[in-house]
Amino acid sequence: MEIPYTVTARPDTGLWNAKVGIWLFLASEVMLFGGLFSAYVFLRLDAAPGAWPHGLLNVPVGTMNTAILIASSVTVVMAWASLKMRKFRAYWWYMLVTILCGVTFLVVKLAYEWPQKFDHFGAFIKKDALEKYEPFLGNHHLAEKGLAPRTEISGHLHHENAQEYEIALDPVNADPTNPLMDRPHFLPLSHTEKIAKIEKADVEYANMFLPKHSAYFASYFTITGLHGLHVLGGVIVFTYLWLPVGTKLYKRNPEHLANRVEVAGLFWHFVDLVWIFVFPLFYLL
Amino acid sequence: MNESHEPVLAEATAAAAGEEVSHDEHTAHDVSKHIRGYLMVGGTLLLFTGITVALSYVNFGTQKANVAVAMVVATFKACLVAAIFMHLASEKRMIYRILIFTFFFVFGLFWLTYLAWYDPITR
Repeated sequence: MEIPYTVTARPDTGLWNAKVGIWLFLASEVMLFGGLFSAYVFLRLDAAPGAWPHGLLNVPVGTMNTAILIASSVTVVMAWASLKMRKFRAYWWYMLVTILCGVTFLVVKLAYEWPQKFDHFGAFIKKDALEKYEPFLGNHHLAEKGLAPRTEISGHLHHENAQEYEIALDPVNADPTNPLMDRPHFLPLSHTEKIAKIEKADVEYANMFLPKHSAYFASYFTITGLHGLHVLGGVIVFTYLWLPVGTKLYKRNPEHLANRVEVAGLFWHFVDLVWIFVFPLFYLL
Repeated sequence: MNESHEPVLAEATAAAAGEEVSHDEHTAHDVSKHIRGYLMVGGTLLLFTGITVALSYVNFGTQKANVAVAMVVATFKACLVAAIFMHLASEKRMIYRILIFTFFFVFGLFWLTYLAWYDPITR
């Protein structure tokens, strides 16, 4: 069966069918991400002072990934424009760059950013034991400045036995009264050589930086995970359109390929648009 | 891809010029006029990504103020993507009709979130 209105406009809608289809799909996508973002807003507004972490993600790498996604949005719109101008070779190259951008984004996310978090450890200290760990928390210093208190000691988990954790401290806990530690850093600082022993009896809750670590990481991994799946989906569709299948379709009906690229591109721009909100909310604020 | 494809593709181009372009709202000439715009929007988005990062290290008084500033910049960037890259600046009415519903429900969703947090009934 021939699918109607792939190139020409349907008289009642004034649009070729796939365009209406993709916009209906994107409308449902807005609700999907909207639900997750509203959960994020709710969790964040309800968090106790100091309980919502700041500066745990790698800002330069996040900025680079943002730039990569923006660049890929430009190349996909250029790929579509090239098809419209019947410049197939240009289309082929723009599409290749788009695919490579998408793959780079995913590799950075899955092979670099996420594993670093899985390897990072944090222990939340019980309220009545906070004073005991003051040298690592610097809460007197923060209170003087009117800043929210710290309740977590984090770093690299060196050693663990039945009674205590040994942590190679993050700079923020190694030197907590240094004014430089009051705000997150642009360049990520790796953990120090300073080791702290924390008794398990004093720990409310301890975990690696996994989704169950906190509401922050739960929402971070859920939203960036779902976003990553969208990037993967886009890369698969682009690859299909870039392979010889696309060339064949171009020879048969170039306008049909241009429309397919436009629809895939609309999806890709939406994925870029979601990231525009994810980046500041999770990396910067 | 190799050179041998070129003549075939050129034929497709010629065939298409006769059949399809006449149906289409974006002619090749139309599209070529927009390319500069697409590149400039890309550049603006990159610039504003830098601005977002820089502003996050400026203290606007409260954390809420910083979030508000970042969201204003993000919304501006999102509008650029939607208007130019997604062609929403000049779309058919059907698309706007779909999006009015989307906007309504998303707004409702965040309004409910706000109500749940503000809790006007039990407070």
